Amino acid sequence: MIPGSWYLALSAVLFTIGVVGVVIRRNPLVIFMSIELALNAANLALVAFGQRNGNPDGQALVFFVMAVAAAEVAVGLAIIVAIFRVRQRLSIDDLSAMRW
Amino acid sequence: MMARAAFLIIAGLAVAAALGLVLRRNAIHGALFLVVNLGSIAALYLMLGAEFLAAAQIIVYAGAIMVLFVFAIMVLIPGKEETGPDPRRQWRLLAAPLGGALLLELIMLVVGRAAAPVPTAATAPGSVAAIGRLLFTDYLLPFELTSVLLLAAMVGVMLLARSRA
Repeated sequence: MIPGSWYLALSAVLFTIGVVGVVIRRNPLVIFMSIELALNAANLALVAFGQRNGNPDGQALVFFVMAVAAAEVAVGLAIIVAIFRVRQRLSIDDLSAMRW
Repeated sequence: MMARAAFLIIAGLAVAAALGLVLRRNAIHGALFLVVNLGSIAALYLMLGAEFLAAAQIIVYAGAIMVLFVFAIMVLIPGKEETGPDPRRQWRLLAAPLGGALLLELIMLVVGRAAAPVPTAATAPGSVAAIGRLLFTDYLLPFELTSVLLLAAMVGVMLLARSRA
């Protein structure tokens, strides 16, 4: 038996690393991967809570999160590729204009 | 005791891989680190008794999503980005205190509040059959809406990726 707080602490650490990654990196692809990291940390906490309370609803919720994340990644990468086609550079600092 | 040792090993692997993703400059290395991280989270799902999610994690995340990421990194000229000095270094250094504060807050929320033990795989509820039943009864509408969402995403990606000719 593992204390529930261990899972939550691990989830907190991974989430923080994801947030820090979003802040410190300049490559939009790595920022996107850091977002996935944070999303997975939240999923882990959700599953741990669900199992502790003994009902499978948490797992169903995580299943939906995964489906939405798949759609999100597909659209997000397409947007990044489209931006790269226009800009020919890949740095988040270049993307300060809302339109041009 | 065994379960705790296994948890600590897997958790260490997950944190190390996450740090590798954030701290290494090479985006491809970052993607591979993220695969390791997703795999270790799948192992934790197995330990929690969520076999279905462990399989879905490997297939959807470590498989499909990461292949997409690696493709995108390859298409967008690897190694050419994030070179040279950072023009906003002092602002990015602010991430350290901010991240520390966030971690402290989350840990303070967690520690002591949720000390009740989580059952390990052998005694955990929620088999694959139970989740399948749940998805096709209580969550039938969201489940069907998910297919619409994925279809919309697919059409949107085609529209975005289409060449401008």
